[in-house]
Amino acid sequence: MSVAQQPVLEVRNLSVSLPKGGDRAHAVEKVSFTVNPGEIVCLVGESGSGKSVIAFTVMGLLAKALKPTSGEILLQGENILAASEARLRELRCTRMSMIFQEPMTALNPVMTCGEQIDEVLKTHTKLDTAARKAKIIAILTRVKLPEPERVYASFPHQLSGGQRQRIMIAMALVLDPVLLIADEPTTALDVTTQAEILKLIAELQAGQGTGVLFITHDFGVVAEIAHRVAVLRWGELVEMGPMEQILSRPSQPYTKMLISSVPSIHPVHRGVRLEGVTVLRTDKLGKTYSGKSFFQKARTVKAAVDVDLDIRRGETLGIVGESGSGKSTVARCIARLIDPTEGKVYLGDTEIATMSARKLRPHRRRVQIVFQDPYRSMNPRITVGESIIEGPMNFGLQRDEAIARARKLMETVRLDPNALDRYPHQFSGGQRQRICIARALAMEPELLIADEAVSALDVSVQKQVLQLLDEIRVRLNLAVLFITHDLRVAAQICDYVAVMSKGRVVEYGSAEQVFGSPKDPYTQALFAAAPGRNWDFGKAGAA
Amino acid sequence: MSAIVPDEIVDSASIAAASAKRRSLLALAIRNPSVIIGGVILLFMLTIAILAPVLGTVDPTRIDPASRNKKPGVEITYKQEDGTSAKRTVLMGTDSLGRDVYSRVLYGTRVSLIVGAAVAVCAVGLGLVIGLVSGYVRWADGIIMRIMDGLMAIPGILLAIALVSIWRAGIVTVIFAIVIPEIPRVVRLVRSIVLTVREEPYVEGAISVGTPTFILLFRHIMPNTIAPLIVQATFTAAAAILTEAILSFLGIGIPPETPSWGNIMAEGRTLFRVFPHNILYPGIFLAFTVLAINIMGDGLRDTLDPKMSKKV
Repeated sequence: MSVAQQPVLEVRNLSVSLPKGGDRAHAVEKVSFTVNPGEIVCLVGESGSGKSVIAFTVMGLLAKALKPTSGEILLQGENILAASEARLRELRCTRMSMIFQEPMTALNPVMTCGEQIDEVLKTHTKLDTAARKAKIIAILTRVKLPEPERVYASFPHQLSGGQRQRIMIAMALVLDPVLLIADEPTTALDVTTQAEILKLIAELQAGQGTGVLFITHDFGVVAEIAHRVAVLRWGELVEMGPMEQILSRPSQPYTKMLISSVPSIHPVHRGVRLEGVTVLRTDKLGKTYSGKSFFQKARTVKAAVDVDLDIRRGETLGIVGESGSGKSTVARCIARLIDPTEGKVYLGDTEIATMSARKLRPHRRRVQIVFQDPYRSMNPRITVGESIIEGPMNFGLQRDEAIARARKLMETVRLDPNALDRYPHQFSGGQRQRICIARALAMEPELLIADEAVSALDVSVQKQVLQLLDEIRVRLNLAVLFITHDLRVAAQICDYVAVMSKGRVVEYGSAEQVFGSPKDPYTQALFAAAPGRNWDFGKAGAA
Repeated sequence: MSAIVPDEIVDSASIAAASAKRRSLLALAIRNPSVIIGGVILLFMLTIAILAPVLGTVDPTRIDPASRNKKPGVEITYKQEDGTSAKRTVLMGTDSLGRDVYSRVLYGTRVSLIVGAAVAVCAVGLGLVIGLVSGYVRWADGIIMRIMDGLMAIPGILLAIALVSIWRAGIVTVIFAIVIPEIPRVVRLVRSIVLTVREEPYVEGAISVGTPTFILLFRHIMPNTIAPLIVQATFTAAAAILTEAILSFLGIGIPPETPSWGNIMAEGRTLFRVFPHNILYPGIFLAFTVLAINIMGDGLRDTLDPKMSKKV
């Protein structure tokens, strides 16, 4: 048998058609690639490139509206596209498995983790209860879950995100499949957890000789884990090759553009000016959530503790941290979208932390915020023009003056001013984020808060929006508070960086200082976990 | 730094298509077969209610002892105003006081539709205002919701009995008695929507540009409640028409001299075995009206509130 030499997965000329009325005829068009045993192949592409469609086609889990129209998918020589539903069911988990992006929704919340893995074994093997239990404990140990016995009896909500993803991996690998499909398995996780999961996948895969089809949009992750890389764009395979070659010497212009859009993790020297006027200063800012209840003891959560920050005019301060570190809480306290429970916030000389809502209103203008999700940050029922002029009109500007201002701002954010009478759903994510920036600027703020403002965008669009933000900062001499979980983005845009963990600022200094020689152990761990930190994408792409 | 290429603007053709899609939600609802069927029946009932005087009816309160308890289709002789006698066929028979059931049923449609519409409008209107306040104003929420819990504990029929003994039986009393227990349902619905929408970034965005609370509620939050409220309103209307019929049947609703479906049925109850037509005809009308509203509500829910839809 030549099974070992034969590729685990061979995709030949695969095309999947989209339902009529879509923006293109095919979700995937004439894509061919192979995955060999013991190899990790990364499918990389921006949103809408068809990478997940390929994964679902291989698993036979494609939505009914999508139909594979040509080509074949060979799993160890067997054509999956021709396989019956029953045969596919047999193959799943035994020969091919899949792990998903969101470990919370991929697990059944009302079954213990052990039972869920047991279900796989019950369906596909004839083992008795004791043997199944032993096998489950063994796989839980292999995915390095602490106290496998306890985890066996735990419900998904009792585990952390990283642990849940480990359960998913255990479930996928319990029957030693030859092919593992990982669809953005670390996107929903924090960087430190992500690093652990990537390490685990690489280890398990090398040990078993499993072929892995790894889907991601993150070139850092690619650099960390891939053997070979396939770059997709609009359903077509742009380029495929060994990882080093693609990342350092891409041949196609699209790949070059993509890779050069990945922000470098080395901070750029931006000539910090220390003489600027302080726009914002927080003094021991804190937010404690307390769940008051009639019948229970009050539970308190300290979301932010003793946060001292200051931002001068024309300067960008970044707050970096993992989820739950309190970075958004701080931003929302400063914008007074929530009320801080301790400390003070000085906007210029005005203390706004304890101000009543009525007194605060005139000061609202001075701090503006741009949110993460471009699809939810504008009222879908009113035109973008109405959204932009709402604020200035609240502050007494006449309608035609406000519209004139909005038209000028649309030019500033590089959009057609005539698009003001359109609705938000008519714009792409990047365009909407520009409109949100225009809406914020319409208030002529002193401080602009960007709360993960580029996190939901594809890298190429992200680069454009970052450039725009920086340009606006320089032109309007604006103070910017930039909240992000992405160290690369922070390195590119921030003059100063505050690293937050568990509600506290653990390290605070200039970007060069923090990135160059981090002092706090948490910061060091965070940087060590950043995927692909040894690759300088910006340079490689430009070369 | 490379020059930023301005994002291309979506071409005008696709924009036109997209805007058409936005406006079409109600148009879509109108095309739904359930909405059409329900709407047509309801429209028929409405026409009957409006045109009742010209549809060959006589005074529905006119008592005629000479032709009591006539079965449907019987020809009766009656005295006209000028003293001469004339003959006519009673389509749905007469009741034990000799009143024409056909005329009474047609005029009864007016009462039912007025009650249904009035209750729906009042309950949804009041519930919307209270729900918006309860969902948005944190400190008021606890107080309002406890009051609503209290209101929900009052059975509509008991409330109606109490109100009739305080005021007197009448259409306003009936509407009031049905509206009060319906309000908490609407309040809960609106409040739950407000609680989710108020966390949306676009609402926070509006707060941070200094939008006054009233405009914030009216412009950014309230539109989200409209579709579910339309659906809720139809079900409320159907329930109100039924409740009114029950109250009238029990003799605590509309005063007996005003014809309403419940009253006619109450009238015919004693002689039901011998003369079932007294109950049959108003019963059919009642059933069809309520059914039509419910079918229409189902259809509206399927199109306006995709999350609740059975089909998806």
